[in-house]
Amino acid sequence: MISHETIEKNLGLLIVLTILIVSVGGLVQIVPLFFQTSTTTAVAGLKPYTALQLSGRDIYIREGCVGCHSQMVRPFRAETERYGHYSVAGEFTYDRPFLWGSKRTGPDLHRVGGRYSDAWHAAHLLNPRDVVPESNMPAYPWLDRPLKDAAIQRKMRTLNMVGHGYSEQEINDAPAELEGKTELDAVIAYLQVLGIHAPKN
Amino acid sequence: MSDFTHGFWPIYISVLTVVSIVGTWVFLKSQTTRKLAPGEKPELMKHTWDGDLQDLNNPLPRWWLGLFYGTLVFAGVYLVLWPGLGNYPGLLGWTSKGEYEAEVQKAEAKFQPVYASFMQQDIATVAADPDARAIGRNLFLTYCSQCHGSDAAGARGFPNLTDDVWLYGGDPETIKTTLTEGRSGMMPPMGEVLGAEGTKEVAHYVLSLSGRPHDAALAEAGRPKFAEACAACHMPDGTGMQAMGAPNLTDKVWLYGGSEAAIIESIAKGRNGVMPGIDQTLGTTSNKEAKLHLLTAYVYGLSQRQ
Repeated sequence: MISHETIEKNLGLLIVLTILIVSVGGLVQIVPLFFQTSTTTAVAGLKPYTALQLSGRDIYIREGCVGCHSQMVRPFRAETERYGHYSVAGEFTYDRPFLWGSKRTGPDLHRVGGRYSDAWHAAHLLNPRDVVPESNMPAYPWLDRPLKDAAIQRKMRTLNMVGHGYSEQEINDAPAELEGKTELDAVIAYLQVLGIHAPKN
Repeated sequence: MSDFTHGFWPIYISVLTVVSIVGTWVFLKSQTTRKLAPGEKPELMKHTWDGDLQDLNNPLPRWWLGLFYGTLVFAGVYLVLWPGLGNYPGLLGWTSKGEYEAEVQKAEAKFQPVYASFMQQDIATVAADPDARAIGRNLFLTYCSQCHGSDAAGARGFPNLTDDVWLYGGDPETIKTTLTEGRSGMMPPMGEVLGAEGTKEVAHYVLSLSGRPHDAALAEAGRPKFAEACAACHMPDGTGMQAMGAPNLTDKVWLYGGSEAAIIESIAKGRNGVMPGIDQTLGTTSNKEAKLHLLTAYVYGLSQRQ
């Protein structure tokens, strides 16, 4: 056996052995997830975000929505009664990065798609208290401004590198799709597709 | 869920896990020196720093060693009872899905008798029952209050449910259909068809229908335009049509505001009043039907109390 003294006095060896020990947890718990059908296959009907939804998702990230809203319905009755079917891994295959979150100052948003009308979302984002007087969510009045996402085509090409499969046509049409839209439109487009491909019981 | 794409992965996980645990045990054993006898001096390490600073190789404390071995034993027991080693399901057969389903079944067994009696009553009877109303109120606050308000009085664009004015009808069956399937009202924008002046004239005619202050000359000019552009849905007399969700324009209830400016905006830009169906939202348990029944009764009851 290598003596303690040998390791302590040989920095290269110490580094290699430390990395080896620290990586065991990841090698066992994380690496196999990339080789499981349920985590790598999209659920039926799930499609990559369209250009407008993708822009909306970036605004969702920019405004820090994930700080107060999770996107993960856990398999507890109290949650499925309120939100709908619990989340499954295959619903997140096009989420890069995923926005599961870990804090619920507001409600979970994974099943918010289709739950409210576009008009409700618009009113609610501009001033939540217009529709929910009890709400403590901050207002986002500045979202009602023209959407400017010059990087949209680059984003789509980058996501294609990890298998989102946007066609050349979709990438070419992306700027036209965003033309004349507001940031509000983009966020709402994103929210309305969240979790709409829930498994059916 | 163990649905690996290749048979290698469960073996990979199991081998790494077991080797880690056994390896840690062996390593710990190899580093454990025996307990010192009374009066015995611990081993003196060879190195000396700063001229006279020495290092004693004391044995690891027994309590600490005990804790370490304890975690290894715990890991072993855990991996036998619960899933962890590749595809091995564990002696207890536990899954998160199974735990969830058991929780749902337990709740259903508890609530089913409560719901069963209400399911046999018609909506009007349930609506009058205080216990049913208490349950219905909880359901309303969970699924409906975000748009219609905690007091069900609605907001601009979101109908008041406590009055007796209904866009699509207020009988129990219609309410139930509205809840499950949702509604999608669509008033097309008429601004371009009518022109700015025409829009204003029609707006004044609409104001006159419910006896609000209006310019009689403008209203008179708007009358034929209303008959042409609006009467198909709002009916020639302006009383609306519930099959289309076209509101009655002769009453005092205004979903988007009854001022001249608000009415002009409605006519010019149109309105899209969407209520999403809550069929999926109501959950996936077998109590769903009962929840729908109680919720329908609660909403029905809201408008039955003056």
